[in-house]
Parts: sequence; structure tokens; C-alpha cells
Amino acid sequence: MIKIKDLQARVEEKEILRGINLEINPGEVHAIMGPNGSGKSTLSSVIAGREDYEVTGGAIYFEGEDLLDLDPEERAHKGIFLSFQYPVEIPGVTVSNFIKTAINESRKGRGEEPMEAREMLAKMREKTALLEMDKSYLSRSLNEGFSGGEKKRNEIFQMAMLEPKLAILDETDSGLDIDALRIVANGVNKLRSEDNAVVVITHYQRLLDYIEPDFVHVLYNGKIVKSGDKNLALELEAKGYDWIKAENA
Amino acid sequence: MTDLAQDLLSSFVVAEAGLNGAKNLGVVNMRKEALDRFEAAGFPTTRDEEWKYTNLKPVLKHDYKIMLKSESAVSFGDIKQYLLSDLDTYKLVFINGKYSSWLSESTHQSYDICTFAAALNKYPDVLAEYLGKAAPAGETFVDLNTAFADDGAYIRVKANQTVDKPIEILYITTDENGTSFSQNRNLIIVEQNAEVQILERHQNLGNTESFTNFVSEVFAARDARVSYYKVQNDSDKASLVDNTHVKQATGSNVHVGTYSFGGKLVRNNLHFYSGGEHAESHMDGITIIGDGQTVDHHTLVDHQEPNCYSRELYKGIYLGKSHGVFNGKVLVRQKAQKTNAFQQNDNILLSDKAKVDTKPQLEIFADDVRCSHGCTVGQLDKNALFYLRSRGIPKREAQGLMTYAFASDALEYIKIPQLEKRLNGVIAEKLGINLEFAL
Repeated sequence: MIKIKDLQARVEEKEILRGINLEINPGEVHAIMGPNGSGKSTLSSVIAGREDYEVTGGAIYFEGEDLLDLDPEERAHKGIFLSFQYPVEIPGVTVSNFIKTAINESRKGRGEEPMEAREMLAKMREKTALLEMDKSYLSRSLNEGFSGGEKKRNEIFQMAMLEPKLAILDETDSGLDIDALRIVANGVNKLRSEDNAVVVITHYQRLLDYIEPDFVHVLYNGKIVKSGDKNLALELEAKGYDWIKAENA
Repeated sequence: MTDLAQDLLSSFVVAEAGLNGAKNLGVVNMRKEALDRFEAAGFPTTRDEEWKYTNLKPVLKHDYKIMLKSESAVSFGDIKQYLLSDLDTYKLVFINGKYSSWLSESTHQSYDICTFAAALNKYPDVLAEYLGKAAPAGETFVDLNTAFADDGAYIRVKANQTVDKPIEILYITTDENGTSFSQNRNLIIVEQNAEVQILERHQNLGNTESFTNFVSEVFAARDARVSYYKVQNDSDKASLVDNTHVKQATGSNVHVGTYSFGGKLVRNNLHFYSGGEHAESHMDGITIIGDGQTVDHHTLVDHQEPNCYSRELYKGIYLGKSHGVFNGKVLVRQKAQKTNAFQQNDNILLSDKAKVDTKPQLEIFADDVRCSHGCTVGQLDKNALFYLRSRGIPKREAQGLMTYAFASDALEYIKIPQLEKRLNGVIAEKLGINLEFAL
């Protein structure tokens, strides 16, 4: 689905990604772990197309197509979704109007007709129920005054509505209590299929207890220095990152 | 002294001849005194503190015609788009400063909604009591208007009455006189516990420059309620100095909303005199302008009595090479204890060439008050923009959505849904976006 080849990127003059190689296939769940400042959020931002980052080398192919020339919205239209670590508050725009716009702009981008109002409504009802959200969420201003947990749940709600092929969850577990974590993880699991893939970026094993990864990668100093199965995450949880740092010093 | 000032002075001699024998001698004397003050002061320049950021010179240099002829060729079709078509209203339409009975719908039934020209002759006692009592002598543009203005809206709502539908006041300028200098005047008297909603706009239909020096005096008696909406979306040939002065008594509630989307140069001098306890003064507005346009909001709230509330919220969005000014003065006099005054001016610059000067000015002489103020100038939050785009919303729509979200809380106090809808349409057009998502 997505192939990342020797990806290098920097922000201003600072090199952050120093040659990332990663391939993700449909149906897979990958976890990316690593200490603070290793480049995890940069990697997700570069995949989603944030303009603050300058790609200085390498390539990203999404379903065979070069992704780096596309605007963030075009990447979204192709089925890439990034769940933000810090979702942005947009006062004056309700959740329901926002998601309607996002869905119909994506459909427009793909040359499809807008979704029928009835279908939209039914889908919103289904997905709010999935995430155990009260329907009153839909008429609130986007993320405004939401608690940390509500914001994250709202991210997964949007993911559920947009049905992306590749979902990148950037520290979706941070700021969640255990109940919210269970609900969010349950939502993600329900959305998993043979046709889509999920990348979970996290510091902790905790979320991976609920969303079981097929592969775990350790990002350090802008490179993937170790890959393994779910046991690697357990090892990191037990031993911390110092041994990784020592191995790569 | 500028050429225009000279022209005005000599025109007054002609105008004065026409005043001889007028019934209302008090007004005639008032005009003469006002003209003397104008002659002494002349037009303000950027050396005047109050005009530091807005240079009038380029718009005053035109060879304006001062004594204007009306034009009979204007039809309802020409002006229809400037009225709220989906709303039943009283209408006062002025063409080149003169009342058009053909295009208007006035009334004398239980309230007077008619003209200043008629009131000058019919109600000398009322004029003696109110004229010039809110707009202060000594302000150049007010003085100039006092000297010349002979028509405008006259609205008087008697005690305990609610005007059954909004009043639309439309000032139209045409090419009939070439470049024209208009001076109209409103006198709005809302008596005890009465209520009225007023919409007002100035529109230049022609292709030549126009300058309007406009004065509106509003008197809100005890517990009166006034909503006064100004839609400024004139052509880039039109300049306007709007002097609106509101005098409030105990328990009155006045809202003036100013929505500025066009014109070459617009200066709003909006003054509230809060002269009775528990009065509420609301002023808010949205400014969205582009290349070559200037909008300058100069506001004053003068808290004279205790326990009053004032709320001021202005949002500005600047595109192209535009210039915005906000100068908000809050004066709390020693007697005005327990005043609660809120002021906020937020601006977004959508272009590198746009410029904003914003200045809150607080003068507080009472010790037990709550006064908050703030001003911001910024650009759209890049992080938020990326957030929207990452969800599939194209850049342009995302910018529009964020800009709209930024400005829309300044529309919250509008009591006429049709006006709000209309303004949303103008905002969408100015920002070049589809606003369905936000409505």
C-alpha cells in the first residue's frame, strides 16, 4: 500500500529523518515507537503532507503513486488519514458540518457525487454509537472546549466517517484514561479490515495491549533501527530505550 | 485651507440665502456657528492625533460638487439589491441627499418615520430639544454636517411602542452631479420603553467619486431598545465619514453593528454616551476589505453613570493592500462606579501588503470597575489549516472556513435573521468561498 524509501526530511536547518525505509501492506498494523525527538511525529506529518517539513531525499509511494508532489488534501482524497496528537479547535464550525464538508470534499476530489443526506445521517449515528459518543457532540464547535479524551475520540470518529485506506494514529493514547483508551482502541479495531492499514505511533505498550500490531519498529535519531513483532514492544516496555541508544551510539 | 474647504465656505453663503426666513431660527444660528468653527479648524490632517493613521488628503482632493441635484431616473430596480428583499420594512430612500417619496415607504401612524427636512419645519420644538445634543460641537465633520445637512431620516418612536417592522435607510449617490459631496443627517428619538430596529447603507451607483459626511444622532430614553445595523459595501469610488452619536438613559439597550466590506475610505466615528444607570451599550462589527481600501473604526464609550455595561467586539480580515484602523476609547468617569466594559479587536492579515493599526485607549477615573480590553493581529493558524486540509478540505475552502469561524461571533447580536443571512452571503463572496458548511 505504502512504500517509504530512504526518506530524508528536515525542518528549517535541522535534519530529522535520515533515511527511513518502510513498507506497509493492506490489512497490517504497524507500531512505531521510539524516544522523544526521534522523528515519529515528523514521519507522520511528512506522510500527511505538512508543508513545514522539507523532504530532502528519498520517496514515498502510495498505491504505486508518488505522494510527495501532492497537497495534504489530495493525499486525504486518496485515503490517507492522520489522527493528530493535538487536534485543533475551530470555534464556529460544528463537528457535523465539518465532517460533512470533509467527506464531500474528499468525494469531489475523487470525482464522486456528494453523499446523500440520509446516508450521512445514518453513518454519523452509527459511528457516534461505535465510539460511545453522545449525539450532542455533533452540534458542538469542533474540538472547542473538548477534554483531551473527547478530542481523541473525535479524531477516531472522523477516521470512522472518512474510512481511510491508511490511518496514522499519532500518540492517540496520550491524555486518555483507561476507559477512553478502551473505547478508542475498540473503535480502531472495528474499523480494521483486509483492505486498510493502521500505523500506531506511541511511546507506550499500553495502547498495543488493545490494538495488536503485526510489526513494531523502533525509530531513533531519524532512522528505523530495529523492527520486530509485538514482543519488541513488550521488550521496550520492560527495558526502556537506553539499550537502543547504546546500540546506536 | 484646502480648496474643498474654500468651496464649502462659499457654498454656505448660497445655502444661507436659502435659509433666510426659515421658521427654525434656532437651527439657522446653529448652522452659522458650526460653520464658523469649521472655518477656524479646517479638515483634520494626519498631524491630528485622532487622524494619525488615516490620511484624508487623497479623497478630499477631488473637485466635489457640494449643492447636489436629485435624480428622478433612479427606479426601484436600481436600488432593490441594496435592500433586504425577503423582509418587509419601512423604507427611507435618499437620492443624492434628497428624499425620494417614490422609492420610500414612510409612516406617521403612531410613530414618525419620515425625513429630517420635514421635521425641520414641522417639529421645531423637538429639534430644539435634540438636534446637536448627542453629536458634539467642535468635531470638524459634525460641525460641517450641522452647517449643511438639510435632509435625512427622522425617526421618533413614542413611549412604550415597538415599531412593527425594521426601518431601512438607503442613501444613494448617482453620477448626476459628477463627483459629489453629500451631507445627510439622521435624528432618531426612541422614547421610554420603546423599541426599533434600523438598517442603513450608503451606496454610490455611479462611476465618479463621492464623499459622504454623515451624522446620525440617536437618543435612547429610559429602557428604550435600539438595534442599528450599518452595512458598508460601497464601490471603490465612494468614501464615507460616518459620525454616529448615541445618547443613552437609564436601563436603555443600544446595539450598533457595523459591517464594512467596501468603499475607498470609510471612517466610523461611533460614540456612546452612557448617561443612566444599568444602560447597555453594544458595538460590534466585521471588516473584510482588499486592495486600496481603508476602514477606520474610532469608537468611544463614555461611562457617566454607575452600573453600566459596554461590549465592543470588532473583527477585521484584510486582503491585498488594505489598511485597517481601530481606535477604541473607553472613558469611565469618576461617578461611574461598577462599570463593566469589555473591548476586543482581533485582526487577520491574509496578505503581506495589508496593514492594521489598532489602539485600545482606556481612561478610568472610578476605582471600582471591571474593564477588559485586548487586541490581536495575526495570520491564519498554519497548524489549523493543515488540520483541515489533512481531512480533505482544499486549502481555499479551509482558509475560508477558518476565516469565517474567526469572524462569525461578531454577528451574534443581530436580531434580524435575514440580515445575518445576507451578511453571510457577502462574507462568502468576499472570501471567495462556499459557506454552506458553516450555516
